[in-house]
Amino acid sequence: MQFMLLFSRQGKLRLQKWYAPLSDTQKKKISREVIQMVLARKPKMCSFLEWRDLKIVYKRYASLYFCCAVEDQENELITLEVIHRYVELLDKYFGSVCELDIIFNFEKAYYILDEFILGGEAQETSKKNVLKAIEQADMLQEVRNTHTLCI
Amino acid sequence: MPAVSKGDGMRGLAVFISDIRNCKSKEAEIKRINKELANIRSKFKGDKALDGYSKKKYVCKLLFIFLLGHDIDFGHMEAVNLLSSNKYTEKQIGYLFISVLVNSNSELIRLINNAIKNDLSSRNPTFMCLALHCIANVGSREMAEAFAGEIPRILVAGDTMDSVKQSAALCLLRLYKTSPDLVLMGEWTSRVVHLLNDQHMGVVTAAISLITCLSQKNPDEFKTCVSLAVSRLSRIVSSASTDLQDYTYYFVPAPWLSCKLLRLLQCYPPPEDGAVKGRLVECLETILNKAQEPPKSKKVQHSNAKNAILFEAISLIIHYDSEPNLLVRACNQLGQFLQHRETNLRYLALESMCTLASSEFSHEAVKTHIETVINALKTERDVSVRQRAADLLYAMCDRSNAKQIVAEMLSYLETADYSIREEMVLKVAILAEKYAVDYSWYVDTILNLIRIAGDYVSEEVWYRVIQIVINRDDVQGYAAKTVFEALQAPACHENMVKVGGYILGEFGNLIAGDPRSSPLVQFNLLHSKFHLCSVPTRALLLSAYIKFINLFPETKSTIQEVLRSDSQIRNSDVELQQRAVEYLKLSSIASTDVLATVLEEMPPFPERESSILAKLKKKKGPGAVSVNELEEGKREGGELNGGGERGGDSSAIAASNASTPSPSADLLGLRAGPPVTAAAPSAGSLLVDVFSEAGINDDGFLRDLEPTTESSDSLLAEGPGDSDSAPPSVVSEDPTPLPESDELLNKFVCKNNGVLFENQLLQIGIKSEYRQNLGRIYLFYGNKTSVQFVTFTTTVTCPGELQSQLNVQSKPVEPLIEGGAQVQQVINIECLTDFSDAPLLNIKFRYGGALQNLTLKLPVTINKFFQPTEMASHDFFQRWKQLSQPQQEAQKIFKASHAMDTEVLKAKLLGLGMALLENVDPNPENFVCAGVIQSKAQQVGSLLRLEPNAQAQSGEQMYRLTVRSSKDTVSKRLCELLAEQF
Repeated sequence: MQFMLLFSRQGKLRLQKWYAPLSDTQKKKISREVIQMVLARKPKMCSFLEWRDLKIVYKRYASLYFCCAVEDQENELITLEVIHRYVELLDKYFGSVCELDIIFNFEKAYYILDEFILGGEAQETSKKNVLKAIEQADMLQEVRNTHTLCI
Repeated sequence: MPAVSKGDGMRGLAVFISDIRNCKSKEAEIKRINKELANIRSKFKGDKALDGYSKKKYVCKLLFIFLLGHDIDFGHMEAVNLLSSNKYTEKQIGYLFISVLVNSNSELIRLINNAIKNDLSSRNPTFMCLALHCIANVGSREMAEAFAGEIPRILVAGDTMDSVKQSAALCLLRLYKTSPDLVLMGEWTSRVVHLLNDQHMGVVTAAISLITCLSQKNPDEFKTCVSLAVSRLSRIVSSASTDLQDYTYYFVPAPWLSCKLLRLLQCYPPPEDGAVKGRLVECLETILNKAQEPPKSKKVQHSNAKNAILFEAISLIIHYDSEPNLLVRACNQLGQFLQHRETNLRYLALESMCTLASSEFSHEAVKTHIETVINALKTERDVSVRQRAADLLYAMCDRSNAKQIVAEMLSYLETADYSIREEMVLKVAILAEKYAVDYSWYVDTILNLIRIAGDYVSEEVWYRVIQIVINRDDVQGYAAKTVFEALQAPACHENMVKVGGYILGEFGNLIAGDPRSSPLVQFNLLHSKFHLCSVPTRALLLSAYIKFINLFPETKSTIQEVLRSDSQIRNSDVELQQRAVEYLKLSSIASTDVLATVLEEMPPFPERESSILAKLKKKKGPGAVSVNELEEGKREGGELNGGGERGGDSSAIAASNASTPSPSADLLGLRAGPPVTAAAPSAGSLLVDVFSEAGINDDGFLRDLEPTTESSDSLLAEGPGDSDSAPPSVVSEDPTPLPESDELLNKFVCKNNGVLFENQLLQIGIKSEYRQNLGRIYLFYGNKTSVQFVTFTTTVTCPGELQSQLNVQSKPVEPLIEGGAQVQQVINIECLTDFSDAPLLNIKFRYGGALQNLTLKLPVTINKFFQPTEMASHDFFQRWKQLSQPQQEAQKIFKASHAMDTEVLKAKLLGLGMALLENVDPNPENFVCAGVIQSKAQQVGSLLRLEPNAQAQSGEQMYRLTVRSSKDTVSKRLCELLAEQF
């Protein structure tokens, strides 16, 4: 995978993850282009688009678009399920996730993504294992927090 | 999980975020952000040391501002400080900031790398993972330098936790992708392969991405992964939907891992080990079977995951291109998807079928879906799906359905989306030329094309129709009549006027007998369009007029009057004025004879690649597009009407083009036509060449190169002993061919076209044709890189006695191949007498300064010169008996290395070039063939009998092959060649 973008129906970028080295200007240009292209699609159209030498795979969940750019030989359907699994992870973690959760806790959204996808490839596809890793990290912090309070 | 764990109470951050959200305008937002930046800056600069929590909060705010799209130029140091915090969340924010906002400040990099090093050696798995994630996210060269040695150790160490292994594998993959030179293969590589056997599915999932990437680059070193991958796949495919617990996704066992396993296998040719192969075929069959089972869930996730595996399996089947059964089953499955209610599936089915269409085994099966695909082209609501349908029609087109497909594409063009029109036009033009049986159809099609989509018809297309009309005298009258009729339309496209002007100027005399198209009528018709046309078209028309004066003296005064008018002879455009003046003068002073010589009919064009095809290739975008993508990519962008291409054609019609600056050159061009006129005398045979070979073969090569990426297992092998110091291009002795060149040769015994060789740099496609004792081979050298190859030279040699057996002539090839480009080479072969060895093809070129040198065997085998001979049973056995001397017979008994499929066997035997005789052998299981090998010295009659034994005693499938021919060496050689084929 080359990059993943989450954006709202209004075209506001909510999360961006880049797996290929690009300059900030390139990233901005690409986001603008891709967002515009995806937003112009009508419902019921297919979820795959050819774009430059990549394939864009996208799906809309409520007000948010999830969009991945993958290499030409990559499997489109499994990419669609990468998106879905990520949504499931967010949902489970936040408890019926909504756009606001991702806005206010953007750092968590990045942590969860890193546990699931690393360097553009699936690292751990088990929902249980990903959430366990995140949970452990949260525990670590809570223990320390209480610890600090005691002092 | 309870919602309490959300965030960790950075209240200031939450307040800031809602402030931003409440901003009514962009300006207000910027104002608020600047205020915050000033605040943070003062905090960071303040005298009071900040505690970890505040530092974390401010760094997080900066990150948020950056992600909103604003520039951040400070805070890096504070983030780096957080890395060495012993509080997990502080460390985590620090790493996140660094991952998103990398900075090339060397002092910082040193500090970051230090912190990472500490965390990697901390033995705390959570910290180690954080550090590895950071490396994987940044992936910079500096990090590769610092950690490329350490990470492989972590990955294969026995005591590493599973989660750390997973991160390490993908971290290493990222470093390998960005800096392959820094990741050194070592003893860890063999242990990495064995991670495919790991008990932890997550570890396998992560490791396989790394293994796949490494295998693509070092196939030999990772060869053992094939059997491991097959057994892992087999276990998953045969497991029940609940066996894999959390790795089951909507009742589909381990879909991600399955897809990746199937992808890994696509890096290799089919497994050689029969048992492994059998197991794999079984897996593929099971996957195909499962597609027919009722779904276990109505959820789209279930069907997506299941079909993801199915499509990946089909890709593997197509990659192997050797299992006709599976190919046809795959095609049927995709056929079902073509009418599925899910748009996604229809799209993918169309895409996948495109590659199936070019396999010889499934081409026919794909063709049966033509009506559905045409329907898709007409009714799909999504342009990207329609585009796929158009691609598939193009791919499935052959002589049998060309008329239907071209008609459908033409009618689609009338309403086609602007974005794909030009490409459609090119495709229609190519198909029309390639499959034209009668050229009146071709002319009709192209003129229709201009009528329907004139704006999108590039110069190459109308140049080509003119080339073809000039070269075929049987269509010239028809072309003149048709274009004359087309010009009757009150509004016709300028491209039509160009074609009309050119064709009537050359061949108007052929229809001048009809009073409805008398010379004057023709002239008036053309001239009625003159004022609406652009300068280049007017220039062309002026040339047509002077040709008219030559063809029809009765039009002379009318035309001279036109040329003499102020709007011509005093035209403000220099080119037009010059033409008017010169043509007027020419028509007044030259005698009829001189005029007739100057304006003689255009000689036929020399054989050349279709410029349209070159254009379609070029259209696919600049740079490093691999040859495989050429056919598929519909890239936007890229200047479509680029002028660079037209060189070849414009010289031919220079006279009618405004581009020639010198008037004398202009007239000379008009008289002499294309400079290469030497080929003209035998016009008839040349014409056949132009159409039966040049045009078709070009397209064929595109097609051949597209689907099969067969040999990914060979890296560029330097010939032994060859180095930079070796004298270039002097081949005094025969070079040693690549070790696999025999295998490559065997692949082409029963077929003439395909990919001969491929490595990371170079792909060589081949297309060959044989007639009698003559053969012609087209080689297509494709540069797969984005860097040009220089001093590209190829040498064909006949080692040893082959010199006296074959006469091989190769035309020189262009010494420079641009990145992503291809060059073609033609090799002519004459078989003097029978032979056993193959000619050697040596290729040398420089890529990025390094000399590349490789030698292959050219797949010229004795059977290529077979002429099939049909005969009845009686005759066959009579001749069989006549060839009964022991040395005339060669026999081999051998194990089947492929499944015994009657249809495949038949296809291969036909490919061999002999006639496959039905109802001759009393045993219907057996195959008999007859043919005559044509060489200059003699003809060698050969008979063949192949007896399959599906249940030999050993339980193996066996064949007995017997060849009898009038010459012992031929029998022996045929037997050797064929024993490798079944």
